[in-house]
Amino acid sequence: MADLREMPEAELRGRVQKLLAEVHPERTDSITFRRKQFEHGLAWVHFPEGHGGLGISPRQQLTVLDEIQKHSKVVHGDPLVSTIGIGMGAPTVLTYASEAQKKYHLPRIFSGEDIWCQMFSEPSAGSDVAGLSSRAVRDGDDWVVNGQKVWTSVAHLASWGMLIVRTNPDVPKHDGLSYFIVDMKTPGVTVRPLYQITGEAEFNEVFFDNARIPHANMLGKEGQGWRVAITTLMNERVAIGGGGAKRKGAGAISQVVQLWQKRKPGALSAAQEAIMRDRVTRAWMDNELLRITNQRARAAQRSGNPGPEGSVGKLAQAEINKRLWELAIDVLGADALAFEAGFELRQSGFESRTVEGLAKYQFLRSRANSIEGGTSEIMKNILGERVLGLPGDPRVDKDVPWKDVPRS
Amino acid sequence: MPSDFVFTDEHDALRQNLRAFLEKRSDEKAVRAAMVTERGYDTEVWQQLARELGLVGLIVPEEHGGAGFGPVELLIAMEEMGRALLCAPFLGTSVFAAQTLLSCADSVTQKELLPKLASGAAIVSVAFAEPNGRWDLAGIQLRAKGTGANATLDGEKTLVLDGSSADVLLVVARSDAGLELLRVDANAPGLSRSAIPPLDLTRKLARVRFANTPAARISSGDQTAHFERVLALTCAALAAEQVGGAQKCLELATDYAKSRLQFGRPIGSYQAIKHKCAEMLVSVEMAKSAATNALFVAAANEPDFVEAAALAKAYCSEAYFHAAADNIQIHGGMGFTWEAAPHLYFKRAKASELLFGDPAHHREELAKHVGL
Repeated sequence: MADLREMPEAELRGRVQKLLAEVHPERTDSITFRRKQFEHGLAWVHFPEGHGGLGISPRQQLTVLDEIQKHSKVVHGDPLVSTIGIGMGAPTVLTYASEAQKKYHLPRIFSGEDIWCQMFSEPSAGSDVAGLSSRAVRDGDDWVVNGQKVWTSVAHLASWGMLIVRTNPDVPKHDGLSYFIVDMKTPGVTVRPLYQITGEAEFNEVFFDNARIPHANMLGKEGQGWRVAITTLMNERVAIGGGGAKRKGAGAISQVVQLWQKRKPGALSAAQEAIMRDRVTRAWMDNELLRITNQRARAAQRSGNPGPEGSVGKLAQAEINKRLWELAIDVLGADALAFEAGFELRQSGFESRTVEGLAKYQFLRSRANSIEGGTSEIMKNILGERVLGLPGDPRVDKDVPWKDVPRS
Repeated sequence: MPSDFVFTDEHDALRQNLRAFLEKRSDEKAVRAAMVTERGYDTEVWQQLARELGLVGLIVPEEHGGAGFGPVELLIAMEEMGRALLCAPFLGTSVFAAQTLLSCADSVTQKELLPKLASGAAIVSVAFAEPNGRWDLAGIQLRAKGTGANATLDGEKTLVLDGSSADVLLVVARSDAGLELLRVDANAPGLSRSAIPPLDLTRKLARVRFANTPAARISSGDQTAHFERVLALTCAALAAEQVGGAQKCLELATDYAKSRLQFGRPIGSYQAIKHKCAEMLVSVEMAKSAATNALFVAAANEPDFVEAAALAKAYCSEAYFHAAADNIQIHGGMGFTWEAAPHLYFKRAKASELLFGDPAHHREELAKHVGL
């Protein structure tokens, strides 16, 4: 995105006031309000005019939010279930879809009328997602898709999905992929919950059984699927990243400290207490340093001098978080043998939990921190190669036709 | 505000100039030459640091002939010095002694000693630790005899930084009020100093014995709270030095991993090595956060400085030691030789980990502050 101009603040705020005069968040439902927000170009201000934006600097989105907050107690922010559509689907559609597709999809993504999912990973293609095997074969105006996707968030709620499939098995893996947007109601598309270690299903599997997708739904050309997918994935970092505690001692560590301070008197000997206290102190240090490192990264980015401090967050957070909840369980000691929430297989809800319940849940859930969104092993490879400049691992599948590469 | 973590152009210039100076005057050859001398440093380099760079008096106020800089400049200077393994009495004199004088000494003593310290003319060392192996203030048990301005000392202090070359010793002793500061000059009767053969040749330590040695009282009232903060600043400065050293170990390891070929390819292309380097990177960045935070908190005069310093000393000590150990490992057989550089950092890392209290000691302090 080339450097976009900045709109004078007063003018931008004036436009928000115009929107609020037409529809007020306190008296309008979210979908209606957000539809109007889109029409006024205030959905993604950096998007072009006519597509929910004004073609101005993305930083100015904060001004829009600020002006809404000044005049309304209700804000109608991005619905949580729309994160994938808003953060990844929309930029991809904007970049690669036809004008008619943009006109149809972008307002519906922003308003929340259409929830989107991302269907990239497969049982045989996780870290090596480009090696995926779901297949699309041309038949007239359609492509017939067969295969299976896995770890698909909100697929059970989605109306549309982003899909990469193999359209040419005879060329090296990256060159044989194509990208589609898929109507999730297409016959042959089946969504099944994927039950996880906690007993819930946050994610789904999606099966394609001779599902027909119109050629018009291909984004980019045949064989360009990887390039289009990169656009989607680049925006994933923006959709997932950032966040974390802002204040010293806040966040997850405060829960674990609470558990430590609530421990049963006399359960630990003096020697054991000293050992456990040291572990709690180490966890406190790790969490505090993660917080400060994120602050340093933001400061460096703002001053235009990004350094390695911005790259270590995902890896550090995953490992620190796993250790934190392992510690929490150890602090609970014998009480941790009971898992009161039970393991009934169910769709994930956002259940409220006690501190003890949270610790037991997170102990299990946090195992995925070092796996989802890039495993810690892959992150170490990325840090070693892109930050430290070490040579890449030898690749045995480079330049080999996909069909000849061993799979499991 | 610490959350800003903003460095100015002047800060960047300070770092660049000091790095350039140290690359010339404290390269590996210079370090190896200095470390085998009794004094342990090159007096000419010390004078240059004082006169040309104005850094010996870095935290000494301008009114006393110093540069009048603060904790952020100290952070930068210590990182660069740690990176270069500079052999110099900087930690002992420019940080520990200077801050002790500023926080605990009477104005007459400050007016006399600070300018001499800042100009490089006098090496001043703080005699604090005792042979009981303790680093907490309650471990200070040496008492001066006599009342009034002039006292005598009988006993022993140990692990005194640059104690053998000190022109003036500042002795921290127990008093009825709590802690007090006394001054003993190098030529004082009954004073004997012996060099401790150090694990880390790049930093000289001495044992100091007093036998009916005259000592001047140079503080008034209980110095416990003041000295706690002096120690915190010294530990934070040492943590910054550890960050510089750890960063250098990461660079040495990475460079070696790129250039050493085995089985037909650079060893850094093997994940065992690559991942070790990546883990070192994470550890170094976290350590940098710890030291940076501690010194920015000090600069902003915030109340949780002692806590931040404890965190920094505990974390940076371990980060440096592990980086130095991994650096040896990645260098393979070369890492085990005297000739190659890794052992120099390894020894500095372990020694500075133990100096002023090991990580467990500082974690215990931190736990008290945080209420764990």
